Amino acid sequence: MSAAFVKRIEVQELRLAYDSKEVLHGISFDVYQNEILAVIGPAQSGKSSMLRCLNRTIDFTANAKMSGRVLVDGEDVRRTRDIYALRRKIGMVAPLPVGLPLTIYDNVAFAPRSSGLTHKADLDAIVERCLRQAALWDEVKDRLSSLGTAISGGQQQRLTIARALSHQPEILCLDEFSIAIDPVTTMRIEDVLKELRREITILLVTNLTQQARRLSDRTMFLWDGEIVELDRTDVIFSGSPKSQRTRDYVSGVFG
Amino acid sequence: MALAPAPATGRFAKTPHVARKERAQAAAKGVFAVMAAAMVLPLLLIVGYLVWRAWPSLGLEFLLDVPRKGMTEGGIWPAFVGTLYLVVLSLVVSTPIGVMAAVYLNEYARDNWFNRAVNLAVINLAGVPSIVHALFGLGAFVYAARFGYSIVSASLTLAIMTLPVIIASTREALASVPMAFREACWNVGATRWQTIRAVVLPNSISGILTGLILQVSRAAGETAPVMFTGAVFYKSVERGNLFAYALSDQAMALSMHLYTLATQVPNVEESLPYATAVVLLGLVLLVNAAAIALRVFLRGRKRW
Repeated sequence: MSAAFVKRIEVQELRLAYDSKEVLHGISFDVYQNEILAVIGPAQSGKSSMLRCLNRTIDFTANAKMSGRVLVDGEDVRRTRDIYALRRKIGMVAPLPVGLPLTIYDNVAFAPRSSGLTHKADLDAIVERCLRQAALWDEVKDRLSSLGTAISGGQQQRLTIARALSHQPEILCLDEFSIAIDPVTTMRIEDVLKELRREITILLVTNLTQQARRLSDRTMFLWDGEIVELDRTDVIFSGSPKSQRTRDYVSGVFG
Repeated sequence: MALAPAPATGRFAKTPHVARKERAQAAAKGVFAVMAAAMVLPLLLIVGYLVWRAWPSLGLEFLLDVPRKGMTEGGIWPAFVGTLYLVVLSLVVSTPIGVMAAVYLNEYARDNWFNRAVNLAVINLAGVPSIVHALFGLGAFVYAARFGYSIVSASLTLAIMTLPVIIASTREALASVPMAFREACWNVGATRWQTIRAVVLPNSISGILTGLILQVSRAAGETAPVMFTGAVFYKSVERGNLFAYALSDQAMALSMHLYTLATQVPNVEESLPYATAVVLLGLVLLVNAAAIALRVFLRGRKRW
């Protein structure tokens, strides 16, 4: 872990409500440069909603109301001048693989093109780099012009990751990336993440507690919209975390 | 409820209960199949009867020739061309407006009073009878806008009539594109417009076109809107000339022509109205067939 604890994301008293139902009850935490922060917790605990606040895709949910502050590199996401630049700074990987109905090449080239890059050689380089990083290059390099929707689920999930890397994010958020793919593919992607952490910061939402244990530097246990505990991963899984609920959750007594 | 004990004859024996189930199943299937077949019967009867009655007049000559002898003989070329003009022009007007409005409503609009009002207007407009559209067209285009009785007025009236349905069908096509595609695009920093252009429109185009083409047959078939705004009883044009009208002209139209032949003209050759109906029906069926073919073609290219 980087010695300089540079804060990339600061979340302060974040509250989020859908209509009158509050799903995040004022949570605060920081994400540091080059760490993998795992967020564990059962379904409906607000993990995905929290991610959507970071890049403000929560805006697309009409009845969502957000308060508190989210700072990315010191910039308040709700006051940012260029929301599209913010979203490019944060890579997002959704739980279910989404191959866009474009060719594999265009899936990865979509984001660079959207931000104005048109030079073919540059695009080629980005596509190859991202597909390599996502451990997909060898499988698809001979059929880059086939459809992103026509490849298998596990390949689509790696395509999703490649797409999330295509706009050169500095922070990568993964939302339960492994629920739709098999264990072997999961392990391959985990290896990819271990490689990536040298360059970027990773926020890993998962409901596989062992995945958090394998990958992360710190682990946050989110339960029912509140942070039960946030500590170094070895402490959380040491058998003696501060909270009884955390211990029960990670040891499989409940959840 | 207590579980019934398994009968001694074994698990897969045909018990009275199973037999009853199978009878009910067979009966239900039969009823539905008969109803489905009943749908085909009227169509066959209508087409068959029309063609039979129209037979003496049918032929290429009937299509290309102009009406003769006080419309009691001859062909229908002026009406055929007139209907083409009206339909094409009305689509030219209603397609861009309808599709763009639908894109706004489905892709951009938030849930507020203004957009709810627009939605309500679209739904209600779709329910307005064509004769009311005709009156509106008469007041708005013929008199207020001073287009007079003309192809322009009639086309605009037809456009207004088809707009709400085009908006509704386009919205449906857009809504069938999964939300996950849009979110994936937004997540990588694409704007709504980039998302619409790259993913939403290419994948809904088949549905949009189908909706449009179905409106062609509706525009071709309606009588009242064109009768009030620009269709005439008789117009002398050159035989077989595709550019028979100017836009400010009044024109003949197939639907109107059929109406006048059937009710207004004495001593018409008996097969003429039927032949006109066959041409109108043929035109509509042709366009519908094109719609289906186009949909199959674009479906084949659908990408998920």
